[in-house]
Amino acid sequence: MTMDADDESLLEALLAGEHRALARVISKIENRSPGYRELVSELYAHTGDADVIGITGSPGAGKSTLVDKLAEEYRDRGETVGIIAIDPSSPFSGGAVLGDRIRMASAVGDMDVFVRSMSARGTLGGLSTATADAVKAMDAFGKDKIIIETVGAGQNEIDIVRTADTVAVLVPPGSGDDIQTLKAGILEIADVFVVNKADRDGADRTVQELREMVHLGEESGLAGGSGGHHGADVMSSGNAAVDETDDEDEGWTPPIVETVATKGTGIETFIDELANHRMHLVDSGTHAEKVRQRHAEEIRTLLREDVHSLLEDELAESGGIDGLAEAVRLGETDPYSITSDVLAPVEACVENLETGPREDGSNRE
Amino acid sequence: MSSEQEAESIRCLVAKVGLDGHDRGAHVIARAFRDAGFEVIYSGLHKAPEEIVQAAVQEDVDVLGISILSGAHDTLVPKIMDGLEEYGAKEDTLVLAGGVIPEEDREGLKEDGVAAIFGPGTSIEETIEFVRENAPQR
Repeated sequence: MTMDADDESLLEALLAGEHRALARVISKIENRSPGYRELVSELYAHTGDADVIGITGSPGAGKSTLVDKLAEEYRDRGETVGIIAIDPSSPFSGGAVLGDRIRMASAVGDMDVFVRSMSARGTLGGLSTATADAVKAMDAFGKDKIIIETVGAGQNEIDIVRTADTVAVLVPPGSGDDIQTLKAGILEIADVFVVNKADRDGADRTVQELREMVHLGEESGLAGGSGGHHGADVMSSGNAAVDETDDEDEGWTPPIVETVATKGTGIETFIDELANHRMHLVDSGTHAEKVRQRHAEEIRTLLREDVHSLLEDELAESGGIDGLAEAVRLGETDPYSITSDVLAPVEACVENLETGPREDGSNRE
Repeated sequence: MSSEQEAESIRCLVAKVGLDGHDRGAHVIARAFRDAGFEVIYSGLHKAPEEIVQAAVQEDVDVLGISILSGAHDTLVPKIMDGLEEYGAKEDTLVLAGGVIPEEDREGLKEDGVAAIFGPGTSIEETIEFVRENAPQR
């Protein structure tokens, strides 16, 4: 892949540590402007050093405030921080008010905390790709810690936090039955649970409920970072995981940390647990597995997007979606017939490729 | 809508600088911009010029709208403009000012690089139209 001269100098500026260049590259990624793929593809060579942390939780759980304190603590320890704050956008106007920045007061005046707000822009699957690419940009820029912050609702957000090495799920006290609803999607992705606002009533109970849930999950083989099945994992990691009953589990029991983000209480414990998880990932070999899974997902998503845009062209050639939909409405045909008609030329092409003489995939694109 | 389409959106930072707690105007503008399909980042109250510059640069906004009702525009705006220049962001950021800014100060602000000043009584539509027409093409 080749880049044009502008992108070339942009990449150089980014690698040289110019904040504006990093900001510009992320914009290109978000806008999917021409040449962004080549750019990201070049970025890959410079990545792999950052520690990526995902933070999710229901609205009002205190994510932004916690992220702010986290960034502050990391800065005190001399590490540079990148933050990607994701807010939903209106599906109607496409507009969004990205307000997470307001709560990130410690980051202020310190360019080494790079905060970037992103919205979904109506492209559902696209945001996790854009987030992953923005993480790459920050990684290549040289950030030590990259924090992704997003509201934990729905598959889309889960895909986003999956781009992180370590995922922390925030649970506000007194969630009560909410914890039950959290169970399905959230338990699998949480590497660390945080009960924020721990000075409020009901915090103890929430901790207790979470603890029960983690244990229940362990018994049914639900818990554990990537939610995958990693064959025989006999490595015994150094952490004091209780109840290590089945070897299906990678030996990581999500710890439950209590914090009061507004006062900065518990932040150090939280950071220690994040570090512990990181260490566990590396020691147990799970990290490599996780990275592999992530790249597999990236490849799949890119392929899906490309095929999708190919199909859009094919659809336009068949008279556009509106005409076809109208035909279905009038009862002339049905979606299944249309789909196979539209796909027929594509399938024929693919078959030709398979049967025809092929040296290599040179006629791609 | 194809996911592969270019998904460009006008990004705006709505900023409150200095010791001025009047944010109703900023809120109204932020919401109106959102409804117009822009991506709006709101700075929150009582920000220092450096904070605004930091946010504008990191977020790579096309438009920076500064709301000032404290009368300190003559000191605050130049500081922001200098900061933007330092990071090479002055040229292609559309800077707007809103709030109570006397007629005689406007020329000076424009010389500093403010593209337009919207005082009390400006219609929302007018402001949105101006942004649509003048947002920098990058």
